[in-house]
Amino acid sequence: MRQWRIIAKEAMTRASIIGKFLCLLHVTDAYVLSSNHVLGPSMLPTLNITGDVVLVEHLSHRLGKLGSGDLVLVRSPLDPKKTLTKRIVAMEGDKVTFSLDSTRSHNSRSLVVPKGHVWIQGDNLYVSRDSRHFGPLPYGLIEGKVFMRVSNVNANSIAFGFVPQNEFNHIYWN
Amino acid sequence: MGTPRVLWSITKKCFTVGVITLTVSDLFASIVPVRGASMSPTFNPKTNSLLDSLSDDRVLVEKLCLRNYKFSHGDVIVFSSPNNHKEKHVKRIVGLPGDWVGTIYDVVHIPEGHCWVEGDNTASSLDSRSFGPVPLGLVKGRVTHVLWPPHRVGTVDRKTSQNRVSSSSSASKF
Repeated sequence: MRQWRIIAKEAMTRASIIGKFLCLLHVTDAYVLSSNHVLGPSMLPTLNITGDVVLVEHLSHRLGKLGSGDLVLVRSPLDPKKTLTKRIVAMEGDKVTFSLDSTRSHNSRSLVVPKGHVWIQGDNLYVSRDSRHFGPLPYGLIEGKVFMRVSNVNANSIAFGFVPQNEFNHIYWN
Repeated sequence: MGTPRVLWSITKKCFTVGVITLTVSDLFASIVPVRGASMSPTFNPKTNSLLDSLSDDRVLVEKLCLRNYKFSHGDVIVFSSPNNHKEKHVKRIVGLPGDWVGTIYDVVHIPEGHCWVEGDNTASSLDSRSFGPVPLGLVKGRVTHVLWPPHRVGTVDRKTSQNRVSSSSSASKF
């Protein structure tokens, strides 16, 4: 009888250590730093089409330290279960000029980004579905800022690199 | 005695408790106070009784609904305001994606990934009638129970208003 009690006590101690570790893992993942696998053609040439592992930090957007040119991970306004990786082009109050399809027409539209929203675009304008399609993005949907990328240069080596910021040479704003 | 050692162990315990509380409140449920009268009489009904006017209602917000983002008409949700990500609002879901919701002036179609929220106290509620459909990604939880004041403890029921909403899911039954 006593043996079961000792075993149960030991099991509880071990389980509580694992539980505390999992809680710490969740807090770090959600509030400090996390790694995400992103893929798709909308951020070429910055990110690969077949997928990159990127490091995302979750502190800047809580402190309000995001600005234009930052690569961010956002929750899609069209499907809350999907996350997108795009670049912030304009913050609230800035004026954005864009054309939906530059291969077909020269028409362009301008608007001012409303309060509490940001304007995001993919680096590959031709295939990216971004704020030009669904409008300004509420700031609360931003989940983190991408600051580093892990990519395999060839089969034998892995390169860590900082992701280039300030890649918005095709949009004008005031 | 070793005061640094005692301090260190107290710090460790506080940190552990903090991390565990943060994880539980993010993933399972948390208790939040409700301010304002926009959800009267469901929360904060301003009757003349003493307990009602002393403090705000406290409600239980469950986060398990955030795994699938599956909401029903009449759910009371907590969401970040689209205009200010630091504020959170408590309102009731009146329309889900694909529905047509009737306001005073026109009928609005709820796009994919968004919902239409309104406060129960239509006279004094800042909701989707002012800031439009809310992306489901901004939802932070669903209110299930009222926990304070004691004489109003109970579940929060779903209340639907069939006459104003034409939902695509109910139309498909015919």
